[in-house]
Amino acid sequence: MINGAKRYIPDDMCAFISSKNHLNKERKLIERKQKQLNTVFLDSLSDVFDILNIDSNMVLSFHHHLRNGDKVIQLVAEEIRKRELKNLHLAPSSIFPSYTNLVNLIKNGNITNIHTNYLNGEVAKVISQGYLKGKLIMNTHGGRARLIESGDLGIDVAFIACPVVDKYGNGSGAVGKSACGTLGYAISDLEYAKKVVLITDTVVDKLDNYQLDGQFVDYVLTVDSIGDSSGIVSGTTQITNDPIGLKIAKDCANLLDFLGLIKNGFSMQTGAGKTSLAVVKYVEEIMKKNNVVGEFASGGITKAYVDLLEQGLFKKLYDVQCFDLDAVQSFQKNKNHLAMSASEYGNPFEDNPICNKLDFVILGATEIDLDFNVNVTTDSLGNLIGGSGGHADIAYGADVTIIISPLIKSRIPIIKEEVMTVTTPGSDVDILITERGISINPKRLDLRQKLKDSSFPIFDIKELFDLSHKITGVPKKIINNKEIIGFVEYRDGTYLDCIYKVNHGF
Amino acid sequence: MKGIAGSKESNDCLITIESANSTTIEINSIVGAFFYDQIMETVKETLAENNITNVKVIVDDKGALDYTIKSRLLTAIERMKEDV
Repeated sequence: MINGAKRYIPDDMCAFISSKNHLNKERKLIERKQKQLNTVFLDSLSDVFDILNIDSNMVLSFHHHLRNGDKVIQLVAEEIRKRELKNLHLAPSSIFPSYTNLVNLIKNGNITNIHTNYLNGEVAKVISQGYLKGKLIMNTHGGRARLIESGDLGIDVAFIACPVVDKYGNGSGAVGKSACGTLGYAISDLEYAKKVVLITDTVVDKLDNYQLDGQFVDYVLTVDSIGDSSGIVSGTTQITNDPIGLKIAKDCANLLDFLGLIKNGFSMQTGAGKTSLAVVKYVEEIMKKNNVVGEFASGGITKAYVDLLEQGLFKKLYDVQCFDLDAVQSFQKNKNHLAMSASEYGNPFEDNPICNKLDFVILGATEIDLDFNVNVTTDSLGNLIGGSGGHADIAYGADVTIIISPLIKSRIPIIKEEVMTVTTPGSDVDILITERGISINPKRLDLRQKLKDSSFPIFDIKELFDLSHKITGVPKKIINNKEIIGFVEYRDGTYLDCIYKVNHGF
Repeated sequence: MKGIAGSKESNDCLITIESANSTTIEINSIVGAFFYDQIMETVKETLAENNITNVKVIVDDKGALDYTIKSRLLTAIERMKEDV
């Protein structure tokens, strides 16, 4: 059948209807877990597997707050290999390039199904090539929270890497030698998994402030090290010095200003890319010039936003994961740098998730099509290179969703007739800003009206599409084979698109 | 005789051309799936316009546009002619 984003979905799957369809549905909640009487401390992963009877066919979950420095998923993967467990279903909130020892486990059938929100590197490559025997399901950050709380994915054991744990089993990411800041992606796992194991390298007597409540923690495993600090946080990302990126960022900030979106009490979110950071810098200049104080910025928080908080330009930061060391330190010391869970951030069934309070968001795109559908899941050949993360959540929630991108990346035009994979439906995407022109989604009559007498270079998206082909030539159509290896699951649990095995020879 | 021009920077290409017994063109492009035929066409046209035959051309392409490919090739041809 063809779903609400005009994409093919097999008939037996629950097809995406519209991004507002969750409003017609009831929230489904399983009971929060009951823990055993006392949190038990162990120092051998093998004991954890024995005591919990971790066996083939189980569902194991992880979070990705330690990012490319994570040692916990590797540790558990090694134990799976030693025990030759089969048909495991893994649910890490993201998969990073360093998680290399999952590759053979996938190839050998130890891991056969995966739910995740983002994946990159060698694991993404082997899944694109069709090695995962079951299916890959790509969720959004908010959608993963919904998936777990509803019991649609029952987690047998959640392995939660935790930089510091106290003797009562309470945990925090704010301090410890592997400090990573907030642990927002782990909260649903903590509250709804059948069994919860915190894995830590730092145990203290008592934590006064903690994000993970010991009442949900069954076991604490202590190991030498849960993470490699150089991979946990990126160094401070520099603002782009690419003239194209700077032009896009400047146009974006000026457009926001023109639309009156940079006003007292406003809220925003951007990605952490170099061009996004330039947007933040230009927005900051406008805020200072006009004496504007914003209500909050949210997201994966970076130094750019910490600076705004500390200058009093924003009242609060809502942070689901800290992207750099400055954000980790700010999370420790600034009381208005607040943690949020993935559910509070983007779960469509929360009463009022943070994403719904956003005035505008600035997002990237690997591809965007004539219907404004955005792909950040695969490249133009269909290879897995990312995933929604919070993309679809905040695109839905924000009043104005802006995509910034160069019109052409290494000869590849970013505007397509149809994207290879729909990550975020075009109904939630309002404005595309490229260095050669701006396009407004025809559905946003209000924005078109406001901008019609402005001096911004505004075009139909088809005009920008034609312009890019004039520059690059018309790219040959890629016909991928139609072997389905997975699905993009929309935040409400419906299926937005299929993910296909890539052709060999590219 | 051999000439080289260009770079392996993004949006550029590195072109190597040398005399041979017959003409062969080898294209390695990060965007080959989309633009192989166009790159081949540009190289062939440029060679024909300059009456160049019996050469081996290697294009290492990082997403260069046609005018970049053409100008790199023209420079490589000049350098080949100077290389005695």
